Amino acid sequence: MKQGKQSWLFQNGVYIIDTATVSGPKEKQGPLGSTFDYSYEKLHCDGKTWEQAEQNLLSKATNLCMEKSGIREDALDLIVSGDLLNQNVTSNYVARDYSSSMLCVFGACSTSMESLAIAGSLINSQDNQFALAATSSHYATAERQFRYPTEYGGQKPDTATSTVTGAGAALVSSQTSHIQVEGATIGQVIDYGAQDPLDMGSAMAPAAANTILQHLTDFNREVNDYDLILTGDLSSVGTPILKKILYQSGVDIETVHDDCGLMIYHQDQNIFAGGSGCASSALVAYGHVIQQLRSGNLNRVLVVATGALLNPTMMQQKESIPCIAHGVVLKRSDAI
Amino acid sequence: MITKDNYQQSIKPYQPKPNLIQNCIKAFVVGGLICVVGQGLTVLYMEMFGFTAKEAGNPTITTLILIAAILTGFGVYDKLGQFAGAGSAVPVTGFANSIASAALEHKSEGLVLGVATNMFKLAGSVIVFGTVAAYVVGLIRFTAQTILGS
Amino acid sequence: MIMDFVWAFIVGGSICVIGQLLLDIFKLTPAHVMSLFVVSGAVLDGFSLYDRLIEFAGAGATVPITSFGHSLLHGAMSQAEEHGFLGIAIGIFQLTSAGIASAILFGFIVAVIFKPKG
Repeated sequence: MKQGKQSWLFQNGVYIIDTATVSGPKEKQGPLGSTFDYSYEKLHCDGKTWEQAEQNLLSKATNLCMEKSGIREDALDLIVSGDLLNQNVTSNYVARDYSSSMLCVFGACSTSMESLAIAGSLINSQDNQFALAATSSHYATAERQFRYPTEYGGQKPDTATSTVTGAGAALVSSQTSHIQVEGATIGQVIDYGAQDPLDMGSAMAPAAANTILQHLTDFNREVNDYDLILTGDLSSVGTPILKKILYQSGVDIETVHDDCGLMIYHQDQNIFAGGSGCASSALVAYGHVIQQLRSGNLNRVLVVATGALLNPTMMQQKESIPCIAHGVVLKRSDAI
Repeated sequence: MITKDNYQQSIKPYQPKPNLIQNCIKAFVVGGLICVVGQGLTVLYMEMFGFTAKEAGNPTITTLILIAAILTGFGVYDKLGQFAGAGSAVPVTGFANSIASAALEHKSEGLVLGVATNMFKLAGSVIVFGTVAAYVVGLIRFTAQTILGS
Repeated sequence: MIMDFVWAFIVGGSICVIGQLLLDIFKLTPAHVMSLFVVSGAVLDGFSLYDRLIEFAGAGATVPITSFGHSLLHGAMSQAEEHGFLGIAIGIFQLTSAGIASAILFGFIVAVIFKPKG
């Protein structure tokens, strides 16, 4: 059901049966390492190429999610999945192994919450019973597509982010569980004219601010209604900018905000301003946040995944970086 | 007040600046040391094979390129580059790294369409601009010499 | 002898510092800096200035990529003296051949042997 200007309220009850997270080696060593269901020991993730490595991540995450949910694969109505690579190859290649319908989505690093919002809406419409929302990113595939060869000795500035290697999946259903997907706010494409692809935090902060403000307006809520407001990958550069923009609009998120890209790694892991990529928000939301909701440490969380909708060609043509942010509300449920 | 119109200006305080002095010192030391290695190789080739300084130039450059290519293969040169910036990019070793890294990166697409086709993805601009510049300067200089000489 | 090394260090290091300033202050990409340096080397050699720098600094001037522009022009000029205008194109890669050939060869061998580490 449409709620306000840009939001959906899932009034028929949409639940997450279970989730799965799979990470690379560096993420395993980070503070949230123990929250992942599986971690590969090498960056190659048992693949011959980097692209295969990312497929292995996503495939492992979707398979594990189905396994943990205890739902037979033929009961799955739909997969909603996306990633960062051209033509969403990771998602589409992994979906070959499934016999359900596939909706492929792209929202850059916001794909995690975009896919979850769409899956939630399709469940809420009562046309489907089980939908799998999934996403992935890999350091090396993103480097080679968006930046330089991984062995190239270019110097990155401190504003750069490091793509998170990992994949996350969530099985969404109308069947009740402990985690409810309460609603979603779908972002607008916002472009404040930032042009530096090695500083995506600054570029994405206005989009995150826009979505958070719209969300609070649409649902007529306050910051205090949430135990945690998470952004996907604003980094240590974009995070203070987001807080400042919101503060100017009379919204203070200081006490409840955290950024997924800043939670995944330790300070000394050479990741510049923080983690980024679809897997940044997916690993934190589908791992740590779900576990905290289940244990009752958190009751209601707004996850705002942020995406920079650029590609190298547009950057070389001196265009600016349009950005988007999608928010999804996860809530602890007593329905079961 | 941060608005769309003044966004680039008003967010400047939040963007970490590169540590210019530190970066320059690192570039100076690493770049200088690579040249010292080059000087050492030149002396070595002069002593060992009786080359003149000029004749020792090519083997020196070739040896540096070999070292850079091997370090690229072992995944060391990108780390050196992050530390030294222009210090490891400006010497000829950086040119070798840009070729070897592009070739290695595209190995997965095969030797012909991957390695060979993409090898000059980064280094190509150096060869193109070098050639065009040398051609133009050569043309001007030779014309001047011909006119002045006759 | 020792001073040769000292000057190579100082001159080579200084050229790299100019590169670093172009990267950090003018926000040029590495490709732009390299291209600019090669062009500078050719232009400096056009005024016969680069040879003096090499005499003075040795490897401090021959190892940075600026020397690539200088060698391209040197090759072009030496052939031009023999063959006239046509010689510019004939000689342009004469002196840089070893560098380009070895970079291609070693780049290829590295790609065949190694696996990208990421």
